[in-house]
Amino acid sequence: MQKLLAWVDDRFPLTKMWEEHLSKYYAPKNFNFWYFFGSLALLVLVIQIISGIFLTMHYKPDGATAFASVEYIMRDVPYGWLIRYIHSTGATAFFVVVYLHMFRGLMYGSYKQPRELIWLFGMFIYLVLMAEAFMGYLLPWGQMSYWGAQVIISLFGALPIIGDPLTLWIRGDYVVSDATLNRFFALHVIALPIVLLGLVVAHILALHEVGSNNPDGVEIKKNKDANGIPVDGIPFHPYYTVKDILGVVVFLIFFCVVLFFMPEGGGYMLEHANFIPSDPLKTPEHIAPVWYFTPFYAILRAVPDKLFGVIAMGAAIVVLFLLPWIDQCKVKSIRYRSVIYKANLAAFVVAFLVLGWLGMEPATPGKTLAAQFFSLVYFGFFAVLYVTSKNEQTKPVPERVTK
Amino acid sequence: MRKLLIAFFLFVPSLVMAAGGAHLDHAPVNLKDTESLKRGAKSFVNYCLSCHSAEYMRYNRIGRDLGMSEVEVAQELISTRDAKGEKTKVGELMHVAMTTDYAKEAFGTKIPGLTVIARAKGADYLYTYLRTFYLDETRPTGMNNIAFPDVGMPHVLWNLQGLQKANFETETDAEGNEKQVFVGMEIVKPGQLSKEEYDAFVADLVNFMVYMGEPVQLERQSLGVKVLIFLFILAILAYLLKKEYWKDIH
Repeated sequence: MQKLLAWVDDRFPLTKMWEEHLSKYYAPKNFNFWYFFGSLALLVLVIQIISGIFLTMHYKPDGATAFASVEYIMRDVPYGWLIRYIHSTGATAFFVVVYLHMFRGLMYGSYKQPRELIWLFGMFIYLVLMAEAFMGYLLPWGQMSYWGAQVIISLFGALPIIGDPLTLWIRGDYVVSDATLNRFFALHVIALPIVLLGLVVAHILALHEVGSNNPDGVEIKKNKDANGIPVDGIPFHPYYTVKDILGVVVFLIFFCVVLFFMPEGGGYMLEHANFIPSDPLKTPEHIAPVWYFTPFYAILRAVPDKLFGVIAMGAAIVVLFLLPWIDQCKVKSIRYRSVIYKANLAAFVVAFLVLGWLGMEPATPGKTLAAQFFSLVYFGFFAVLYVTSKNEQTKPVPERVTK
Repeated sequence: MRKLLIAFFLFVPSLVMAAGGAHLDHAPVNLKDTESLKRGAKSFVNYCLSCHSAEYMRYNRIGRDLGMSEVEVAQELISTRDAKGEKTKVGELMHVAMTTDYAKEAFGTKIPGLTVIARAKGADYLYTYLRTFYLDETRPTGMNNIAFPDVGMPHVLWNLQGLQKANFETETDAEGNEKQVFVGMEIVKPGQLSKEEYDAFVADLVNFMVYMGEPVQLERQSLGVKVLIFLFILAILAYLLKKEYWKDIH
């Protein structure tokens, strides 16, 4: 065995990689609950890829047969229903986990120097994930798939000059049609997953280059023992692998409760109207995107002008990319930051959740007003952060991690 | 930190609450009641399948799930013939007897398939819809519906339910607009069934459609219980493993 390993190591950096990324990757020992979601996001990615592969074996990306092939998977393919629900529940789980992971980054300043690139790679992952989810949602070819895609693609039409040719180019037709379905399938199962995997590798490589942040926002590499090992660091393997196994099992319990007992997610994961085959001649009464897009959809609708609405929606995402440069406070963790920052972040979370709810609801004058208010709170978070973070009244940060 | 968490969990329920619509009667769905499902299946093939298809469902799947032999399925549920004129086989999908062209000519619209209609519309909607047809001379079929105003479908079950008249009252809302509010039904011409019998008949039919929307429902839940028991045991083991490894840290 040793000989075989030596033989491989002479030809491929197996032991070197194992040590760099697991057995000798020193992670801060004070990770809390919020640090489960990175590994969980990786788990969900694997779940989606594997369940997705099995779905493609039976799914037909064809306007005439797509809807029927999904029902075929649900009825005639052995355990096809299980694979399909794993994939549809996985989509929601992916966003839940990623949102919590991003929120962790916000709380503990994980995007700050020297981790700006990790944040940027992460933001690109989020962006690709949104494209992946959007294109995947077209594939069941139900009414909500169809009209959701129709609405979102038409947003590009708001752009001056290039708008109309661009929407035509995206759809491959004058309306969402078989051509659109086919190309979305190709992008969903091949192009975007490849990009996603590449970005995930970059995200993790960048993380392992600079080392993990922690709830105290203390750089553990500043305190090393005689062997050059951070005093507050512990090897990722076995300590965090066994801890993450526990996290995975607890996550799977929640995942399976939804999967086996509420796979439609009350109509928020599999929307009711999506059980009606797509019909280009009948517009559903109320078109709402799936829940994970609704905060941005609410921002879009809050702006009376279509073009400016699209710009506001785009800006809501772009501004997240800029976070490492907007926040100029030297202190990373929320634990040692000012009350202003805490209140600001709390307002941001509330705004995000309320916008998410408003984005699902049919627009009424009252709700539009609310959406406008909370859109301002959303953008206000970044404005207040930019203004207040430079001279923030922070608490002293400890030299070593606490507990 | 803790406040953020509390704020988060306070907002989750508001995300789950759904918007309300017109009043719907509660459908007494019970997928474990196999006899009800069998009665519903028979009514379905007799009354619905002549115009609506259930084209993603197979006849023998019903047999397998409801404990009917293939012979029983062929005798009790299949009355259509295939293109060659032979009796439809039990392994086939539940296609409709009527052609799409004919349907379009007769009703001026594409007739929706019913395989997953219960998942699209909900059991309560179907239960209310099938019980609230009323006489309305302004409609081409002479009938209208409370749950689905200006519906194109005729009241196929009228000889069972009888014909009923809807009573409306004029109400004035806060802004002074008058509107018609539905207050109740009145049987004008009795059908073959009493009101209770007809409600039970529709309940069976809706029960079957809920089953047909997702035939695997009961299996899904029973598998789910097993998976969760396994995961709980695994969680205990994972916790002990973690504790064992971590006892020398801190």
